[in-house]
Amino acid sequence: MTLPATLRRPRRLSSRTEDLIFKGTVAFLGLGVLGLAVGIGLSLAGEAGPALGRFGPGFFARSVWDPVREDFGVLPHIYGTLVTSLLALLLGGPVALGTAVFLAEFAPGWVRNPVSYLVELLAAVPSVVYGLWGLFVLAPLLRTTVQPALGNWLGFLPLFQGPYYGVGIFTGGLILAIMVIPTMAAVSRDVIRAVPDDQREAMLALGATRWETVRYAVLPAARSGIVGAVLLGLGRALGETMAVTMVIGNRPEIPASLFGPGYTMAAVIANEFAEATSDLHLSALFAVGFGLFVLTLPVNIAARVLVWRVAWGPVGGE
Amino acid sequence: MRLDGYGYRATAHYRRRKIVGRVFQGLTVLSAGLAVGVLFAVLGFVFVQGVSGLNLELLTQTPKPPGEAGGGMANAIVGTLMLVGLACLFSLPVGIGAGVYLAEHGRSGALAQLIRFMADVLTGVPSIVVGLFAYTVLVLPLGRFSALAGGFALGVIMLPTVVRATEEMLRLVPDSVREAGLALGITRWKVTLRIVLPAALNGILTGILLAVARAAGETAPLLFTAFGNPFWNLDPTQPTAALPLQIFVYAISPYDDWHRQAWAGALVLVCLVLLASLAARLVGSRGVVSR
Repeated sequence: MTLPATLRRPRRLSSRTEDLIFKGTVAFLGLGVLGLAVGIGLSLAGEAGPALGRFGPGFFARSVWDPVREDFGVLPHIYGTLVTSLLALLLGGPVALGTAVFLAEFAPGWVRNPVSYLVELLAAVPSVVYGLWGLFVLAPLLRTTVQPALGNWLGFLPLFQGPYYGVGIFTGGLILAIMVIPTMAAVSRDVIRAVPDDQREAMLALGATRWETVRYAVLPAARSGIVGAVLLGLGRALGETMAVTMVIGNRPEIPASLFGPGYTMAAVIANEFAEATSDLHLSALFAVGFGLFVLTLPVNIAARVLVWRVAWGPVGGE
Repeated sequence: MRLDGYGYRATAHYRRRKIVGRVFQGLTVLSAGLAVGVLFAVLGFVFVQGVSGLNLELLTQTPKPPGEAGGGMANAIVGTLMLVGLACLFSLPVGIGAGVYLAEHGRSGALAQLIRFMADVLTGVPSIVVGLFAYTVLVLPLGRFSALAGGFALGVIMLPTVVRATEEMLRLVPDSVREAGLALGITRWKVTLRIVLPAALNGILTGILLAVARAAGETAPLLFTAFGNPFWNLDPTQPTAALPLQIFVYAISPYDDWHRQAWAGALVLVCLVLLASLAARLVGSRGVVSR
């Protein structure tokens, strides 16, 4: 080059190199996200190793949890996690779906936005606040009114027998139901809205009522997305920690009754990890965490796939 | 003779269909009412119980020893702010960088798809599991609980939201903007940093504020990372108090005065979180590119 020295910028990289460095940097940060996700799984598996090696598959099938004698089996916690999450879906699912249908189909414009916003606020309330409310408001209320009533009507079933403690599996399921409603409602609302209006118009043109339109033309079209929304809620319920820890009763047993106190996988980690002293106890808690990770992973992946396909349609999703 | 709105004779069958429709429409209204009602029940209790416990002492003092009345949560409030700050320090560069990669360089490549997928996997990881991870990465090597570990755990929780918000907002910036910049001879990375990112800034900020709102209320990942601390601490390598942690410990304690403080702390926490999500709404509603 024959440019005068003043016009040349000394010791500068070419713009192509600069671009490459920039691209490399952001690609590296992207890989960081990937590495983090993989790292979580690997590090948990590594720390869980000693306990899993010691107890084998029986770790997930036995009902003993004795930190003093260092004997660990996590079945009661798995039972508690699954049953509270199932209760959350049974109690919260219909409410969430109803809310979603209302917001997407029936609500007039001036109601839709404020109610949508309020439902989203429900998701913003921290889980420890739900726990506080559950412990001091919901549990006493259930003990004095709802549980005796259920016991009277359905007491012939073992599930509804036994003393009313207030705290227990049932209360845990109910607080989880409240916590997963906003997730399920917001996602279902979006997938219902994504159903093309042609569907509705065709049904209305046949003389269907508005409810029949929703029931026979809209909901079937949105079905897989709604299943995805429910799975997202399930994923959240399985991993939810604080609120459940505060109302589940924290007893490592499988109660015959829904009113009995139980434990969940997340709760046992929350309660015992900071105070665990022996290596085997720590490793057992890591194994519980690893189990929880493995349990929630497929649920969340399936949810994502289902919701993506509906909400973004075949054009954007594939 | 009964007529419907169009003057036709309403058959019994038609009337029944209409009634069924009304009933189910009513049920959806009821569900929405129930969801909103629960929100008001929770927030109402937090407000009523919290206001009675809220005083200057709570906002300016550190906790008293167990069982003693009085004391406050000032160190926990500051601790939460510090933890969220540390979380941002970690999650913003990584998250925005990864988002830039996905939107500007990766687009539909295999690596980008994999990163996107992993970011979604990360969203679904239970927060307590993230806490376990932070424990192995930062508590074990350092040999003690620390604010750093707590901040890292919260950062991991924020990360997927930041990545997704950045990518989505950058994608909303029209390609013509990028082409205009490149046509002027500006290098690509400067186009990204000086032109595209500023255009999407408000949207990204909304995502960040929502992530902050969620992280500030998290308790589970702090139990064995930040751990809690009854004293003032501004050193990131030491255990630190956090508002949600303090609420939890006080709530399950046997002392009435601590229960009262737990409600007051919950009120402060809810206000912080609602402020952050309100700010997110305000920021999101204006700006060059928004949804």
